[in-house]
Amino acid sequence: MIRRAGWWHLVLVPVALVFAVPFVQMFLTSLTPESEINRFPPRFFPSELTFDGYAKLFRDSDVLLWTGNTVLVSVVAVVSHLVLCSLAGYGFARLKFPGRQVGFLLILATIMIPTQLLMVPTYVMFARVGLIDTLAAAMVPWLASVFGIFLMRQFFLSLPAELEEAAVLDGCSRWTAFWRIILPLARPALATLAIFTLLSSWNDLVWPLIAINDPDAFTLQLGITNFQGARRTDWSLLMASNVVATLPLIAFFVVAQKQFIATMTFTGVKG
Amino acid sequence: MSPGRRVREGLTGWGFVAPATLIVLGLSIFPAVWAFLLSLQDWNGFSVPEPVGLANYQDMARDADLAAAVGHTLLYTALFVPASVLLGLGLAVALNRRIVLVGVYRTLIFLPFVVSAAATGILTTYLFNPQFGLVNNVLRVLGLPQQGWLEDPQQAMVVIALMSLWGQAAFTTVIYLAALQDIPAELGEAARVDGANRWQSFWHVTFPQLAPVTVFVAIWQAIQAIQLFDLVYTTTRGGPLKSTETVVYYLWTSAFKELEFGYASAVAYGLFAVTLAITIGVTIYSRRSTVGGLG
Repeated sequence: MIRRAGWWHLVLVPVALVFAVPFVQMFLTSLTPESEINRFPPRFFPSELTFDGYAKLFRDSDVLLWTGNTVLVSVVAVVSHLVLCSLAGYGFARLKFPGRQVGFLLILATIMIPTQLLMVPTYVMFARVGLIDTLAAAMVPWLASVFGIFLMRQFFLSLPAELEEAAVLDGCSRWTAFWRIILPLARPALATLAIFTLLSSWNDLVWPLIAINDPDAFTLQLGITNFQGARRTDWSLLMASNVVATLPLIAFFVVAQKQFIATMTFTGVKG
Repeated sequence: MSPGRRVREGLTGWGFVAPATLIVLGLSIFPAVWAFLLSLQDWNGFSVPEPVGLANYQDMARDADLAAAVGHTLLYTALFVPASVLLGLGLAVALNRRIVLVGVYRTLIFLPFVVSAAATGILTTYLFNPQFGLVNNVLRVLGLPQQGWLEDPQQAMVVIALMSLWGQAAFTTVIYLAALQDIPAELGEAARVDGANRWQSFWHVTFPQLAPVTVFVAIWQAIQAIQLFDLVYTTTRGGPLKSTETVVYYLWTSAFKELEFGYASAVAYGLFAVTLAITIGVTIYSRRSTVGGLG
C-alpha cells in the first residue's frame, strides 16, 4: 500500500513544485534588492530581503487608489449579484407569472453570445450615457449574470416547495417568506455565487481596459498592466504590485478552498 | 383564481425577476443586435455611420491580417485544448487518492486559478526573460541552449499556451475530479477481478465513463481558446512580428485602436458563428455516437 502510494508522490511532487515556482518567484523577487535583479548569472534566492520594492510601489504609484477602486467594484458586484440573482432565481424557480418561460429561455440563450461581440456596442452605449472613464463603467456589467440567475434557480428548485407554502398559507407574503425562510437556507449557493463574482470582477481586465482611460478610475488590474508597460525592468516594483493584486485572492482561496472548488465545479457542470 | 389575484401574482413574479433580467438582457441581447446593425455600416464612432451592406463581411474574406490571426488562434487552440484536457485528466486521477499531503498538492495546483491575466502576464515576462529569466537559467545549468521565448516568433505562442495551462489546469482537473467521484468504485473492482490490470481497467472501464465530461471540457476549453485576448495583451501585445496576434486581439485593435467599429463588429459576428458551429456540431456528434454506442 505504501509502496503504491509512493508512485503518486513521485508524480505529484514535481508537478506541484512547477505550479508553485511562479508564486515563489513572485514573492522572492518583490523582496529582492534592485542590485541583485537583472544580473548574470541570475540567482533564485536573494542574499537579503528588502521591502524597497513595496516602498517604491506605494511612493511612485497610485496602487492604494487602484486597490480602493477594485474593492469598491468587487463589493458592489458581489452584493448586487447576491440580491438580484437570488431574487430572480427564486422567481423563475417558484413563482407563476406570464412570460416566465420565455424570459428564462431568453436569459439562457445569452450564454451563447461571446463577450467580444458586445464590446463595441456596449462601449458606444456607455459613452452615450456618460459612463466611460468612470468606475461605474467597471461595475455595471457585474450587477447580475446569467450564471448567477441559473445557479440560484437550480438551488431553489432543489428545495421542497412545502417550506414556503406553509408560510404563505399562514399569511406571510411571498417577499417575507423569501427573506425569512428561503434565503437563510441558500447560504451554500450564495457562497458559490459570491466567490464566482468576486473572482471575475476582481480579475477583470478586458472591459476596464476598453471603458476606462482615466487613471483616477483605474482598477488594480488595469493599474498593474499599465505599470508593466511603463516600468519594464523594475522587477521588484512590478512583483510587489503583483503581490498586492494577487495576495487577497490567494489568502481567500486558502481559507475557503472548499467553496472555491464547489464554485469551479458548478461553473463546469452547468454546461 | 380571481383576476385580481392573478394580476397580483404576475406583478410579484416580475417584481422578483425584472431587475436581474433587464440587466442581463440589456447588456447582451440588445448590444448583440446592435452589433449586427453596426457590422453593416462603416463607422468610426464620431462621423455619420455609412451603410455599406455586406461589404465588411466581404472585406473579411480578403483580409490577410485576419487570416493570419485565425492561424495564430488555431495554433494556440491546438496547443492548449488537448494539453489542458490531458493534464486535467491526469491530475484528477492523481489527486483522486487518499494519500498523505494530497491536500497540499491540490492547493498548489489549484492556486494559479485565482491569479489574474494581468498578474500572469508580469510573471510570464519575468520567468521567460531570455537574459535573466528562471527558465533559461535552468536550461543553462542543464547545459541546454538558451531560447528567445516571448521574443521568438516561433516560441511566443507556446509560452502563452504553457502559462494558460498553469492558470487553467485547476478548472479541467476539478471537473474530472467531480466526474471520477461519480463513478461507482465497483466498476473498476469488477474489472480487476476479471483479470484486468490497473492500466487496462482505467482505459476500458473508467475512461469511457468520462466520455461525456471529456466532450464538455474540450468544447469549453476550445471556446475559451478561440477567444484568447488577456494573456496576449499582458505579455506580447500581439508581437513579435504579430506572431501572437489572435482573432480577438485583432478585433480589439480594429475596434479600439483603428476605430473601425463596423468592421470589428463583423469580425465579432464571424467569431460568434464559429463558436456556435463548434458547440452545435460537437453536441450533435456526441449525441449520435452515444446513441449508436453504449446509449
